[in-house]
Amino acid sequence: MTTATLTSGLVAVRPEAEAGPAARSEVTTAKETDMAATSAATPAPASAPDNSVSFGEHFSNFIRAVLPPLIGFALVIGVWALVAMKSADFPGPAKTLDAAVVLFSDPFYQNGPNDQGIGWNILSSLKRVAIGFGFAALVGIPMGFIIGRFAFMNSMLEPIISILRPVSPLAWLPIGLMVFKAADPASTWTIFICSIWPMILNTAQGVQRVPQDYLNVARVLNLSEFKVITKILFPSVLPYMLTGIRLSIGTAWLVIVAAEMLTGGVGIGFWVWDEWNNLKVEHIIIAIFVIGIVGLLLEQFLLLIARRFSYGGNT
Amino acid sequence: MNAIVKVENVGMSFETKKGSFIALQDVNLQIRTGEVVSLIGHSGCGKSTLLNLIAGLTLPTSGVMLCNGREIAGPGPERAVVFQNHSLLPWLTCFENVYLAVERVFSTKEGKDKLKARTSEALEMVHMTHAAHKLPHEISGGMKQRIGIARAFAMEPKILLMDEPFGALDALTRAALQDELIGVMAKTGATVVMVTHDVDEAVLLSDRVVMMTNGPAATIGEILEVKLEKPRNRLQLAHDPHFAECRAAILEFLYQKQMKKAA
Repeated sequence: MTTATLTSGLVAVRPEAEAGPAARSEVTTAKETDMAATSAATPAPASAPDNSVSFGEHFSNFIRAVLPPLIGFALVIGVWALVAMKSADFPGPAKTLDAAVVLFSDPFYQNGPNDQGIGWNILSSLKRVAIGFGFAALVGIPMGFIIGRFAFMNSMLEPIISILRPVSPLAWLPIGLMVFKAADPASTWTIFICSIWPMILNTAQGVQRVPQDYLNVARVLNLSEFKVITKILFPSVLPYMLTGIRLSIGTAWLVIVAAEMLTGGVGIGFWVWDEWNNLKVEHIIIAIFVIGIVGLLLEQFLLLIARRFSYGGNT
Repeated sequence: MNAIVKVENVGMSFETKKGSFIALQDVNLQIRTGEVVSLIGHSGCGKSTLLNLIAGLTLPTSGVMLCNGREIAGPGPERAVVFQNHSLLPWLTCFENVYLAVERVFSTKEGKDKLKARTSEALEMVHMTHAAHKLPHEISGGMKQRIGIARAFAMEPKILLMDEPFGALDALTRAALQDELIGVMAKTGATVVMVTHDVDEAVLLSDRVVMMTNGPAATIGEILEVKLEKPRNRLQLAHDPHFAECRAAILEFLYQKQMKKAA
């Protein structure tokens, strides 16, 4: 269990980090809102005056939470509008908004393979990510378990992974094209490559960090190998695995845009490139927002799952 | 009285970067069925090492360890351990933590209902029925240790090993759990080996107190018999002359004969 060399210095992020201050503060504010709601609905009992938050206080909390982000967005839009005024080609916020309204009023139209609604483009990118990512999980998680459990495998595979991991997944695209003889599986292949590293490394680290106490419990109880895996190994590795999955999906969503620009077809990345060829810059700006929002949602969704399995701290 | 655990000429050394470190040397000890033995000594004297050897979590480098006449080759449920830091699995409820142990020991002979009944019984014994379906992080440190004790007792081990079971608790909680343990031990007649560095705890709970010399190459210095009626009551003992004598003997050993040099 002392062979942590593989994971040291690499992207392995400890699962505690994901339930960081941001997540916690969200939880507490949710609780406060609950409390405020109940205390507003029913008159607060005299014995518990601390629980009742006055309306003014509640309102100021709300302002404090909402105001800074609003100012941030306003600033960005302001700067954007200024830049657009100075430039002939660059569309301003108003023009972009108009284009977005048109675009999103019919997101699922189909006029042949090269002209489809933005909804189809997003969905086909997500589909590629899901497939590539799914295969990466199927291969990477068991491999992480093996590397974490056996020092020999760790020393054997560490140098290989260390060399391959820093390579941009796009460098693998030609190999994918050669092997699969088609664009679509080739971009899925790059997603597979970029998703697999965080999955392997984090799972391996999780396995190496199963607390000795839990393993001692298993030894004293003399649990069967099946019980050790289901009751001890898997639950304690799960938070690390979920961190790996979250990192993977983040990278995958970054890479898919670039991969699709190169391979073409239907997809948000190709769509960006296509709109550049059509010189519809406002569509590119919309795509940037859309990609950002989808990425954010993916991340939040996985954080939600991770929080469900964090067991409120291990001690 | 027959000895359930025999420790004969046991030595234990660890390989370190500076060569081998001898933790224990020539340890001889017999633990009789039904007795409560405390291991006491300064930190680093190898008392936890000795406990881990009896548990089978580590194997001795020399000598023989026997449990029930058979050599100890590894850990097993007939030698249950209560860990200092409770070691409950955080993803299982208190009930499930105990059930995991019960299931392992009795599932070959008994049905599910019986296993569940055993689990509930164990939780009731430490007065934790109300927390059966809570996760460990939802209860206090003292409660966690109660569950740890319930888990160990539920396995009906031949011998119960406790590694500073109350070391991480505050003094009042510790006293409450000691009283609880006195009750449980009286009810079950369990054989117990306990590591402690609390002199009062050692005298209060044990039939014999094994005092260990300082390491490296620690061994058993003296063994003190505590001839006090059981079950014991801490308030009455406070004025008992034999209790005071035992206490004094241990203190003398720890702070005169085995004084640590500028620890």
